[in-house]
Amino acid sequence: MMHTLKTVFLKEVIDNFRDRRTLMSALLLGPIFGPVLFAFVINLSVRQSLSDASLPLDLPVIGAGHAPNLLRYLESNNIRIVEAPATRDEAVRAVLEGRHDVVVVIPETIASDLAGMQPARIEVITDEASRTAERESRRAIRALAAYSQEIAGLRLVARGVSPTVMQPFNIDLVDVSTPSGRSAMLLGMLSYFFMFALLSGGMNLAIDTTAGERERGSLEPLLCLPVTRDHLIIGKILAACLFMAMSLTLSLTAFSVVLRFLPLQQLGMTPNFGPMAVVTAFLLLIPFALLGAALMTMVASFTRSYKEAQTWLTIVILTPTLPILVVSILMLRPSTGLMFIPSLSQHLLLVELIRNEPLQMLDVAVSVSGTLALGVLVTWICARLYRREGLLG
Amino acid sequence: MIVVDGLCKSFGAVRALQGVSFRAEDGRITGLLGPNGAGKSTTLRVLYTVLKPDRGTASIDGADVVADPLAARKLIGTLPHGSGLYPHLTARENIRYYARLCHVPAVSVDERVQRVIDELEIGEFADRRCKGFSQGQRTKVALARALVHGPRNVILDEPTNGLDVMATRALRELVLKLKADGKCVLFSSHVMQEVAALCDEIVIIAGGRVAMHDTPMGIRERTGREDLEEAFVSAIAAVGSQ
Repeated sequence: MMHTLKTVFLKEVIDNFRDRRTLMSALLLGPIFGPVLFAFVINLSVRQSLSDASLPLDLPVIGAGHAPNLLRYLESNNIRIVEAPATRDEAVRAVLEGRHDVVVVIPETIASDLAGMQPARIEVITDEASRTAERESRRAIRALAAYSQEIAGLRLVARGVSPTVMQPFNIDLVDVSTPSGRSAMLLGMLSYFFMFALLSGGMNLAIDTTAGERERGSLEPLLCLPVTRDHLIIGKILAACLFMAMSLTLSLTAFSVVLRFLPLQQLGMTPNFGPMAVVTAFLLLIPFALLGAALMTMVASFTRSYKEAQTWLTIVILTPTLPILVVSILMLRPSTGLMFIPSLSQHLLLVELIRNEPLQMLDVAVSVSGTLALGVLVTWICARLYRREGLLG
Repeated sequence: MIVVDGLCKSFGAVRALQGVSFRAEDGRITGLLGPNGAGKSTTLRVLYTVLKPDRGTASIDGADVVADPLAARKLIGTLPHGSGLYPHLTARENIRYYARLCHVPAVSVDERVQRVIDELEIGEFADRRCKGFSQGQRTKVALARALVHGPRNVILDEPTNGLDVMATRALRELVLKLKADGKCVLFSSHVMQEVAALCDEIVIIAGGRVAMHDTPMGIRERTGREDLEEAFVSAIAAVGSQ
């Protein structure tokens, strides 16, 4: 038995190392795609949140000459007044075409309106469908509203009334989220990238076991050999596990490197993802390889061709997200019971690891043994399916 | 020696085999001849144990294909219809893989592989990857792969399909060499001339039944036709009218 397993395993490993399709998905696509996407998203959100706070806002103002005091106020609020289109119509066109995000229009009558205690009409032209424009217009409006509030206060003081009568409530937001908690929220999606890398690493091998061998015409002669089919399929599943492990290792390492270069501190995040965490994460996730390989092999065994198998397996690759999604919608807290659910247990443990919280040994034991047991069961089902006559198609 | 006894096999409503019986002796070439869909491949698939018969049985050198398929598989070398190779492996690696799976002792694997490579004269491309091989080259490698463990019984399912004249001739010589070695060779074909040129015994199958089993000479005599093709047509017609 060991002899057959070893023979099949080694052949599959050599065969697939020479297959560009497998290498692409196992060693490039899965492991690299995640970190690159992640780095991109994080960088974008860092840039956005930074531009909010500290960078000056360039604000074109039409009729700037009519309200010098207002302009001084805006400038003191980190808003730089820049040259604006000549007319209101041109401003609307400029915003529509995306040349400006926001344009403020101050009417000629502003001085007389203010003097006559009439509300002066100030227009803020923007395109709310654009995210950056929305943020900039909100900043402009906030500044304008604050100035309006200040003038109102001055008018009240002139009449001997305290400005606080205008402010029945004083609303304070108290944010209790901790930096590592915030990082866990964002880094929670990491576990899915790892699952994706893990599964895509073994996808081609899983297809090859049935649909691939059949399409090549190599299945029938293989089944004529004096070996039991159980040994063939187990050897193949183990080879798939090896590629999955390689893919996962690369993915974890790539993330560990990428995270070092991301400005996560600026987002108030301090993820725990050093070499020690990489090793721990590998050990937490790897039991899923057997289950994933067996599951993909099982699904592929029902398909007629390589193409059809690929279509179905892309759906299979998405299934590990399901439990993660359900739990995050229902806001369930991690519990030992949830550790029986594969992919979810790996996700929860991984989040705890990244949050730098101590792992509960019982939870780890349940996750590892539960996932492995299910993997053995599905492997057994695969072996049963491999004995069918219909296998040859 | 291969003994086939009363094989029946249905796929849903289609009755592919309806009591096929014959013997293929050692040191002889037995041809399984019949039109498309007659049940040739189904019979061979039962023999190399990827299909289980509904009724009846067969044995390879006494090993029952239903009761002990693993033992039966040890005793045969098989070239199923449209045998595929692993394109990323070299011809030699393909053959070596089968040698290992057939439990050829580790010390003699390389020597045995080299021997079939020499015998089938594929040394020229033995260390090239199989991707891009011609049909003739592929068939030769597949055959080498099937023979590497030195089986006493050889089953070939339409081996000349897709081969050009030269490759067909080479294959024919090879089959004769197997016969000279005292092996039992069973091969299927729907090409009359091929069977006539090669076989000691012909089993004509039509509609899932054995229509006739005899030497080429015997078949000519029994049908009263000098031309084997005519004899074949009349034998099949006899089954149809039953």
